[in-house]
Amino acid sequence: MIEAVGLTKRYGDKTAVYNLSFQVRPGAVTGFLGPNGSGKSTTMRMILGLDNPTSGRVTIGGYPYRKLPNAPRQVGALIDAKAVHGGRSARNHLLSLAQLSGIPARRVDEVLGVVGLQDVARKRSRGFSLGMGQRLGIAAALLGDPQVLLFDEPVNGLDPEGILWVRNLMKALAAEGRTVFVSSHLMSEMALTADHLIVIGRGQLLADMSVRDFISANSAGFARVRTPDTEPHLREKLSLALTEAGGQVLPEQDGALRVTGLALPRISDLAHEAGVRLWELSPHQASLEEAYMRMTQGVVDYRSTADQKAGLQQPLPPGAQPPVPVPGQGQPGWYAPPPPQHAGAHPYGGPGAAPQPYAQPVPQGQAAPAQPPAGAPAPAVPAAAPAASAPSSVSPAPVTDPTKSEDAR
Amino acid sequence: MSTPQPPMPQAAPDRPAAPGPSFPSYASPIPVVRTHLGHAIASEWTKMKSVRSTMWTLGVFVLLVVGIGLLAGAVVAGSPSDLSGENALSLGLFGLLLGSMCIITLGVLTTASEYGTGMVRTTMTACPSRGRVLAAKAVVFFLVAFVVTLVSSSLVAVAHVALLEGNGAEDPTGGEWLKATVGISLYIALLGLLSLAVGSIVRHSAGAITLMIGAVLAPLVIALFMFAQSLAGVRQALLEYSIPNQLSVFYTQSLSESGPSGWDPLWIALGVTAVVFAGACALLEKRDV
Repeated sequence: MIEAVGLTKRYGDKTAVYNLSFQVRPGAVTGFLGPNGSGKSTTMRMILGLDNPTSGRVTIGGYPYRKLPNAPRQVGALIDAKAVHGGRSARNHLLSLAQLSGIPARRVDEVLGVVGLQDVARKRSRGFSLGMGQRLGIAAALLGDPQVLLFDEPVNGLDPEGILWVRNLMKALAAEGRTVFVSSHLMSEMALTADHLIVIGRGQLLADMSVRDFISANSAGFARVRTPDTEPHLREKLSLALTEAGGQVLPEQDGALRVTGLALPRISDLAHEAGVRLWELSPHQASLEEAYMRMTQGVVDYRSTADQKAGLQQPLPPGAQPPVPVPGQGQPGWYAPPPPQHAGAHPYGGPGAAPQPYAQPVPQGQAAPAQPPAGAPAPAVPAAAPAASAPSSVSPAPVTDPTKSEDAR
Repeated sequence: MSTPQPPMPQAAPDRPAAPGPSFPSYASPIPVVRTHLGHAIASEWTKMKSVRSTMWTLGVFVLLVVGIGLLAGAVVAGSPSDLSGENALSLGLFGLLLGSMCIITLGVLTTASEYGTGMVRTTMTACPSRGRVLAAKAVVFFLVAFVVTLVSSSLVAVAHVALLEGNGAEDPTGGEWLKATVGISLYIALLGLLSLAVGSIVRHSAGAITLMIGAVLAPLVIALFMFAQSLAGVRQALLEYSIPNQLSVFYTQSLSESGPSGWDPLWIALGVTAVVFAGACALLEKRDV
């Protein structure tokens, strides 16, 4: 069990981690999420005693890491894949670590087999690919057969087979009663692997809850409704009826409607009463990715901007269309609708509009509340939406597979 | 690759749905031993012998010491010079002077290369007692450097005595033998240990090597060009306490009559190394890795 209490780390005047408190329990895979630069790796290093916290403490099984008797037999860690001497062979690297913690040398060959590196065990690790480096790092973490395991971005650079292996490995380790703490950027991967989530942004705790709770607290499922394209007035009629019945309606780029706050049968009934035919009425479940994007959009430090090439481009010939920007550049795109309980106040779910029940107050200028809900397309003019060629939109799933879940699995 | 599972015994997979007073726990079948400095020394020995830079630096060291030593001996033996009243061992100095650069490099690389490659994070995770790691590095490096220097310098000394018999060189006394082999080897190994501590403080291979080579050569070079009369005292001290001159003291020949003599250089090196090593230990404990 890992326990952090009021953990704070400052580098000069930059606060990397501020007042972080959480627990990581055994018997479950706990995901550790946050945007780039949010303090995940700093937290991991403090757990491992590599960095000293400015204030607060973090303990493993009640001890600070550096006070643990024979630490590598209790905690195994993959901090980064390239934390090895490139001139040393994989086997010698692991052997030196095994000797350091009094682990029999034959265990080295065991873990090399576990991670599938037995054929390159005597090759120097400089020539390893990123995926092979990750496997070597995982081997080092498993070497001591420890009770607590930490993995920082374990699937980086792994092939699909390796990703599947890591996913099963994490679950198997947790099922044996171990504590497994994994940081990752891959939401689809986390949705499949993790039981519990700890989300941080700008070094502060945003959420500490189960994956299911996280999704329902940050993003609601919705219904997609499509009226005949040939009769635009039907759509407006239905929008009005649904809004009057208490639902929230959001037009999509291709002319469909996203409806939250109403059950599917109720939508069907309302449409029937209004005399509107439906071409589609499908349930969609919010994905972890959408929920994560909603929660962290205000605390993203590194966001790409549109590539202007100002002054470098030839003037466009008269009549030519300017190029369409890449979705996701510049302003944040469309995010999943807010959870039902907040949707009434902010029907269109602008960024940061929904109060995050588990978020702690952020003193130093969290950008979220100040940000205008630019991502949401103007709701009043649904007819205009299809004309625009999706300038800044995370396009929803196409019509071809209306029952497909939004979850990226 | 199939999806291999770690060879673990089946622990009870009863994971709690809610945090209760008792958590599931996993106990490894591999016996847990209490680790000590011996484990760290075994680990550092594996590390040292498993990288090529060790072989390269020590290989070049032996080549320089033995090669230059034998060459100098052969040249002097071939000339009609009269060495009566002089010590045959003193020709070993040139090779060791150059060879010490290799020991400095190896000493710095032993600590600083871990920072360059990121290996130090893995090492310090596997052994959070940072002082133990540094001590183990010091022990392994010192023994390797001492043994290699002792073997090379003894070889050269024996060859010189045999070669220069005909030139009237005196037979070295037991004390002279000891100083020219064991004494100089201890000094060179201590110089390497100082480099190891500097490498741990600077945490950058090239920077630490430059610093150490500067420390070896700069005092002598500066003193050579210090002509002002009022600086004569400083110049004298720089000359006498420069590392090349301290090395030559082991062969009972010095740039001046005053200054360190006998076994003094060894005590000086011991003191300086101890102070720097203590500083390296304190910084290692305090700093973030």
